[in-house]
Amino acid sequence: MDRRAFLKTGASAALFPAVQHLGMTPGRAAGEKVLRLAMTLGDIPLTTGQPSQGAEGIRFIGLTLYDSMFGWDLSRSDQAAKLIPGLAESYSVDPDTKTLWTFNLRRAVKFHDGSGFNADAVLWNLDKLLNKGTPQFDPIQVAMAGSYLAGIKSYRKIDDYTVAITTNEPDAMLYYRLAGINFSSPERWKEVGGDWGKFAERPSGTGPWMLEKLVPRTRAELVRNPNYWDRERIPKLDRLILFAMPDANTRVAALLSGEIDWVEAPPPDTVPRLKQQGMQVVSNVYPHVWPYWLSYTADSPFHDIRLRKAANLAIDREGLCQLLGGLAIPARGQVDASHRWFGKPAFEIKYDPAAARKLMTEAGYGPARRCKVKFLTSNAGSGQMQPLPMNEFVQENLGQVGFEVEIEVVDWEALRARRRARADGAENKGVYGLNNSWSLMDPDFGLLSVIHSKNAPPVGNNWGLYNDPIADALCDKARLEFDIDRQDQALAALHQYIVDQAMWIWVVHDLNPRALAPKLKGFVPAQAWYVNLSALDMA
Amino acid sequence: MLLFVLKRLVYVLPIALGVSLICFALIYLAPGDPASALIPDNTPPAVAAQIRQAYGLDKPLPVQYLRWLGRVLTGDFGLSLSTRRPVISEVIPAMGNTFKLAGGAILLACICGIAFGTRAAYRSGRAADRLIGAAAIAGISVPQYWLGMVLVVLFSVNLGILPATGMGDIKSESLLAELRHLILPTIALTVVPAGLIARSVRSTVGEILGQEFVQTLHANGLPPSRVFLHIMKNAAPPALAVIGLEFARLLGGSILVETVFSWPGTGFLLNSAIFTRDLTVVQGTVLALAMFFVLTNVLVDVLQMLLDPRFKRARAASGAWQ
Repeated sequence: MDRRAFLKTGASAALFPAVQHLGMTPGRAAGEKVLRLAMTLGDIPLTTGQPSQGAEGIRFIGLTLYDSMFGWDLSRSDQAAKLIPGLAESYSVDPDTKTLWTFNLRRAVKFHDGSGFNADAVLWNLDKLLNKGTPQFDPIQVAMAGSYLAGIKSYRKIDDYTVAITTNEPDAMLYYRLAGINFSSPERWKEVGGDWGKFAERPSGTGPWMLEKLVPRTRAELVRNPNYWDRERIPKLDRLILFAMPDANTRVAALLSGEIDWVEAPPPDTVPRLKQQGMQVVSNVYPHVWPYWLSYTADSPFHDIRLRKAANLAIDREGLCQLLGGLAIPARGQVDASHRWFGKPAFEIKYDPAAARKLMTEAGYGPARRCKVKFLTSNAGSGQMQPLPMNEFVQENLGQVGFEVEIEVVDWEALRARRRARADGAENKGVYGLNNSWSLMDPDFGLLSVIHSKNAPPVGNNWGLYNDPIADALCDKARLEFDIDRQDQALAALHQYIVDQAMWIWVVHDLNPRALAPKLKGFVPAQAWYVNLSALDMA
Repeated sequence: MLLFVLKRLVYVLPIALGVSLICFALIYLAPGDPASALIPDNTPPAVAAQIRQAYGLDKPLPVQYLRWLGRVLTGDFGLSLSTRRPVISEVIPAMGNTFKLAGGAILLACICGIAFGTRAAYRSGRAADRLIGAAAIAGISVPQYWLGMVLVVLFSVNLGILPATGMGDIKSESLLAELRHLILPTIALTVVPAGLIARSVRSTVGEILGQEFVQTLHANGLPPSRVFLHIMKNAAPPALAVIGLEFARLLGGSILVETVFSWPGTGFLLNSAIFTRDLTVVQGTVLALAMFFVLTNVLVDVLQMLLDPRFKRARAASGAWQ
């Protein structure tokens, strides 16, 4: 027996002989296949229908307990996820008005409480979010679903399995927004006395998992839904336990000690140890970008495209990815180069400091006259990766070609507030770049809301007040294109244009690492912010 | 005595009002818009306005404060913004969990601090005194979260004999299982109060050992164990003050230790509430903790009075009893 084994055996025998067999999870039926998953969140997301806590809330509560009209195809890892039919089997848009959408609902779908999903349930749920005059109206879920509610003018039942939704104006992006609206059971809500607080403890959706137990701030226990309407996506595992575990090192320690089977976002410096211990470290590119949004206010130097291109050419992205332990890939635009919306930009974003210096000289800058800019970032936050060392790296790179970059660091919520205040807001005076990572799951949020000149806050997210009639026209074309393949082509043309214009400084795409215990199998790292837990099994 | 306690409780009222005002103001002094966490990106302005109105965030600040205070006085701390559960139902279980942790830590700290502090005083100037002094300083200086992580790596990851996170589930596990979860965070939390108590006890006992009454007791032939009891009784009030302060501090929850061990106490609750910008939970938790701190100090004052007749005499002489 070696020294370490001796110590382990000795300590175990001396200290805790009677309880050594007990793990951290509650006892349950023998032979159950249980997945214990550590989220990065400090609490269990809201379980009433529209989950709280952003994409991670949707990932682990929204997509497990609930369904939407459309779902994400998370079955493949070789392309960015697309929408597929969900609770709506098919839909059509009135070719004349382009504002009337008709949805044919899937039949024989049951909520977890056994009640049927139908047109009445759809209308009841839309009232829940849009009609203040109904008893089920829930401001908290409205707050969670806010971004998905835009543009809906009215809705009505055509028959038990057909509903119609009318939009204020022709808007093809409703397709994506409806993927964010989940359907809660009206029967369960009545059963709990019309109290959303009680509903949160006993939620009922149509999703592949059912909530069995909720321990606030600690864990949620879900069991498989054997009657799930999509037989292909009935979970292979019996039980899923979601733990709230915000500290990254704690999550890793829990995985290494065998208390957890899956951890989200292990820190890059723990990856070698995890691999050494036989853990599966899984990552894939997904629709995320870590950029600098540029300001187009009157005093901003970035009106000059030469400076925008120079900044994009000055960054050693490969070096930065190495700094991040290989858990990122260089960005060549808003979406990654393999994405269907990437297009064929003429401007190739790469590391070329000589070309950057040449552009700086042409723009009138050089060692004697440096271009002074201030960028805003946060010390942490959703999708921000390792913002401080990354900003220092970029600051150094830009300094080498003639920029003099000042970095202002604020709290994550303060950064979001500054983003909403627009580049011309008083608090953003002198700030010419905003380092705010962005999601590109849907084109409305990822592209149109930050590009179109009409989308300056508070309407959209065009913080920098980018205003380009050509880009606007390309946005409008995509918004009015209802055929998804042609819409993808329109989005590619738009993306190609903004890359050629070097609209922002794009730096890297996160690879979204997660670590899994060796016994887990069947996980497909989809190119999405979400995962399909139904496919998982245990060896 | 009763009057003294009542007076101390009356003094608590303005403190409570001040604390409530600070708790409320803190939310608005923090950077960013309090509503920002509630409103998702890309939310239409009309929906955003609707959300502000639903949460009363469209009202002037004094109105918001008075409404909040009125509800708090009736025991209603409001609903959590992110979970919609009553804040009071979040805070009370969290305080219970923190109480378990703080209780264990202060008990262990008292045992270690008093034992080693006394030993050091009796061995003043010798190797044991220096060793204990160095250990106490190390205990005070070691960052608790760092110690927590080291303990996890050693006992959970490498040896695999203790759980790294959580507090188990008392309903489906045994008491022993829950106790196993308590061991590592308790040790991590113990070192600072143990060091402080040891230093305080060493200093007080050392001072008492040099006093004439101790020599007199020895000269009168009192056995050393009885003399020791007299010394400890005299040393108790200053030690109690330190213990009281440390216990109140531990009850305030250690954000870092509770986060490292995912222990669902007040520190963990505050941490997650801050990160999710759950303002009502932050307000309710800070207010409850502040009041707990104040009341613990009142309790320590009363205990000191009961333990040390000099306090009583001093107050009687100064008319404080009137």
